[in-house]
Formats: sequence, C-alpha cells, structure tokens
Amino acid sequence: MTTATAAPPRSAVRATGLRKSYGDKLVLDGIDLDVAEGTVFALLGPNGAGKTTTVQILSTLINADAGDVLVAGHDLVREPDAVRAAIGVTGQFAAVDNLLTGEENLRLMADLHHLPKAEGRRRIAELLAHFDIVDAARKPALTYSGGMRRRLDLAMGLVTSPRLIFLDEPTTGLDPRSRRHMWQLVRELVAGGVTIFLTTQYLEEADQLADRVAMLDHGRIVAEGTPEELKRLIPGGHISLQFPDTEQLDRAARLLVGSRRDDEALTLQVPNDGSVAALRSLLDQLGHAAIEVAELSIHTPDLDDVFLALTGRPHSTEESR
Amino acid sequence: MSTVSHAMSYAVADSTTMLRRNLRHQLRNPTLILFIIGIPVVFLLVFVYVFGGTLGAGLGSGVSSGSGSRQDYANYLVPGILVLTIAGGGQGTAISIAMDMTEGIIARFKTMNISRVSVLTGHVLGTLLQTAIALVVVLGVGLLVGFRADANPVEWVAALGLLLLIGLALTWLCVALGLAAKSVETASNTPMPLLLLPFLGSGFAPTDQMPGPVRWFAEHQPFTPFTETLRGLLLGGEIGNDAIVSLAWCAVITVGSYLCAKSLYNRDPSR
Repeated sequence: MTTATAAPPRSAVRATGLRKSYGDKLVLDGIDLDVAEGTVFALLGPNGAGKTTTVQILSTLINADAGDVLVAGHDLVREPDAVRAAIGVTGQFAAVDNLLTGEENLRLMADLHHLPKAEGRRRIAELLAHFDIVDAARKPALTYSGGMRRRLDLAMGLVTSPRLIFLDEPTTGLDPRSRRHMWQLVRELVAGGVTIFLTTQYLEEADQLADRVAMLDHGRIVAEGTPEELKRLIPGGHISLQFPDTEQLDRAARLLVGSRRDDEALTLQVPNDGSVAALRSLLDQLGHAAIEVAELSIHTPDLDDVFLALTGRPHSTEESR
Repeated sequence: MSTVSHAMSYAVADSTTMLRRNLRHQLRNPTLILFIIGIPVVFLLVFVYVFGGTLGAGLGSGVSSGSGSRQDYANYLVPGILVLTIAGGGQGTAISIAMDMTEGIIARFKTMNISRVSVLTGHVLGTLLQTAIALVVVLGVGLLVGFRADANPVEWVAALGLLLLIGLALTWLCVALGLAAKSVETASNTPMPLLLLPFLGSGFAPTDQMPGPVRWFAEHQPFTPFTETLRGLLLGGEIGNDAIVSLAWCAVITVGSYLCAKSLYNRDPSR
C-alpha cells in the first residue's frame, strides 16, 4: 500500500500525559504511548479500562483534558484535519450505515474521500472481493452477520489506504472462525506496512497480533512491552524436565534445590523465568552433573496470568507514573 | 490544498454526498413522506368539508369575495395548510437526525477529513426536497377542493421562494431540536408545538376574533406573518410589512438554529 521508506522508524502515535474525565469520573489518568510506524500496538484491558476513550481521543472524535499527542506526525489539537486525513477508524464505536448496502457504504466512503468515479469503482470492487462481501454487496448492512459487518467496517476504513488504522475491539462478539478471519486480514494489512493501533479485551488477540502490548487498567498503563516481556514479568514460570529413569530424577532433584518432583511422570518442575540466560544456566548445571534429560519444556505464564497479577490486586496505590 | 475555494468545493461535494445518503435513507423508509403528506391533507379535507361551510360564513368581509362560502374558506385555508406542511416535515427531520446520531457511522464521519457540517446539510437538503414534493401534492389536493390562486408568475415565484425560506428555517430548527434531544422519543416530541402554531395564528381562522392574550400571541408569532404573506402573494390583497417580518423571522431562525446545530453536533459525544 504505502511505499517503504528508508527513514529511521518514526512514531505513528506519541502521547504523553493523556488525561480525560467525565464529570468526576476519571477515565484516563495520565497515560503515555509510543507506537512505532509499521508495527501493531495493542491496548489491552477489561471493559471500562479506558480503551475506547483512548481511541476516541487519538482519532479526534473527542478532546483530551490534558496531554500532548502527535498522530501520524501531526498535533492532535492544532491539526485535527491532517490527523483525520492520515487515519482509518474501525470497530466498536465507528460503524457502518445500517440502511445502506455494503456497496453503498463503500461508495459513501469513496465519495467522501473525493476519489474519481472510475478509481472509486475499482477500489470498491477490490475491497468487496478481498473482504468477501461480494454476495451481500447489494443487501442492507442491517442484514449482515457479525463477522461480515466487521469486515465491511474494516473495508470502509481502507478505501484510501490510510497509514495508521485504529481497530477498536475488532473481534468482540465474533465467533472463533470470524475472529481468525479478521486476524488474517489484519496481518495482511501489517504486511503492507500499515501501523495498527488495536484495542482488545482478548489476551490471545494481543498475543497473536501485537508487536507491543500496553495493559490498561482504571485509566492507567500498568505494564508495557512485547507479549513475551510481559509474560516474563510474572513469577510462576517454570521449566519442566522429564527424565528417562528414577535415578536421573533423584540426582536432578538433589542438584536443583527448590524444584518440585513428580515420581510417576518422572518430571521435575524447576522455577525459571524462561529467559535465555536462566535457561542456559540451568542446562549448564545439568550438563556439568552429566544428568540425562529426556524432554524439556518451558512454561511461561500466558498473558492471562500477567493480566490477573497486574490488574487483579486492589487499586490502592495512588502514586502516578 | 488549504485555499478557501478548494475547501468550499469540498464542502459542496461532501454535502452532495450526504444528500445522496439522506435520499437513500428516505427511499428505504418511504412511510415518512406519506405521513408528511397525509397530515396536512387530512387537515385540509376535514377543515374544508366538515368545518368549511361554517368557517367560510364566518370569514365575512375579511376575504376577497365576501360571500363567505366553502370555496372562500378553501382559498383562505390552503396557504395556512402549506405552511403547516412545512412544519410537519420538521418532525421527521428531528427524528431522523436523532436516530442518525445514535449510529456509529456518525462517529466515523467525525474522524474523517470531511466538511463536518455536511452531515447536517445533507439532512437539510434532503428534507427540503421531501418538503417540496409534499407541498406539490398538498397544493394539488388544494386545487381539487377548490383552491384558486390569483397570482401572476412573479407572485408565484415569490410564494415558492418564501416557502423555501420557511422550509430552510424550520428544517434547521428541527435539526437543532433533533441534535439537542437525548433520545429519539424526545426528538419526536419537541417539534410538536410547530404543528400547533398554525392553529394559534392565522392559519385556520383570522386572528381578529380571538380573545386578547391569544390574539396577541397569534399576531406576534412567526407563522402568522408567514401565512399572511403567502395569502397576499397567492390570493392578492394587502401584505404590508408581513413580508419583511417573515423574512426577518426566517433569517433569525435559520442563522440561530444553524449555529446551534453546528455547536451541538461538534460537542463531545460522550458528554
């Protein structure tokens, strides 16, 4: 879609100290975001964490109470139209026109982007085919299934190939098959060089799609990093070793203090954060002692664990980041 | 890119696109125009055929022929009914605006680099076209029940121009009312008084026989000069400063409602 550039990675979104409250309800309590161009960034959090509010602010729909934001290199407050020209918005709060057909919805977008007629027609046909809406193109969007609606929704944001796409909970309420289809479509966009700002309440979705994940809870970012980094934040990861016989198991259990053995399965669970260094040191220990290991598997906690550990505890500390 | 003429041409293009959207919506919901035509037609028929004889006699010397027949009342009534038709269309506008605002597509429009007010102008232009169709039908029924205009082409053009201006004013007013409403139900109720105003004015009967306070109100609300100007243009007779007063009302209502609607549309949607 967009041409590749040789320039160093720039920020597609850079926000500092973003705050928003509705009345006396604080929704965003000073969040900082930095999304590199060409990456997928996931804002992960439960309902009411402030995800949609964040996207609404970044996409110029509503104003923040405080904070400096650059979106696609433009200041959100001073150049909202330049921001709007660079972004596509899809998902929970943005949607389709129910009374219009799929094709008419896309035509509406093409017209609003002032595409020449022929080019608009070509692009609409392309999108209908790519997003598998051809058969229902002449039916009102009101009659679409959930998955088809989301696909139309996404297609509407892509009529002019924006550089930055906001996907607000793109798969909430979809069945697993539609969800996978949606993921596939998102991956294709990423391959085309588009930056994706995704919000989701599904850990698996962030894990599957995102280069970086920020966890939002009660209007604050409680953790940020790659999915792997976040998983390693949480103690409880371990390495499971299986041995060919009881003798090897005995020797290993004596060597690795603090491990938990299972005599029936001939396994030993060794606390370990799963990082390369920790793994190497464990293997070195076993190697020096000449203990034979039949099988080794790493159990890093999944994002679910991270999420619970980070957001499940009472929200008592009031210090700001 | 940022030249004024460029921006203007985009605003026109976007409004045209939004008008097309609005007309498609109207085609998908054709019962609305039936209502907009039906209400004034029913009033017209009831007032001409049920009350017309009596009311015609009561008109006395107030109107042209002075004979006081059903025919005279039809002539007296039709201009008022035309104004009522415009007011009736407003309710549909308020409802469709309020319904539109509940749709996610509006949020999408707001995050796009388009002329913001085009969503509203699309509604207004769509309503005006709808009202124009309704006016033609209602006028046709008026002719069938005995309405006979006494106007030259210039007066006809002036009458149509006035109807258009009234339409513009009331439509923007109803757009603002629709945006201000917290729910679609509220939006269907707030324009209701507009339908009453022709009754509390000279729409159905001359004001000079109304009791004091009612008469004062009738003579100072916009629908009376609207109706009187239209009567003057279509039937001949004295217009006086009703024309100026009508134009002033139209200007005030249009500009006030436009500004109000624009700021309501741009307000923080989450409130």
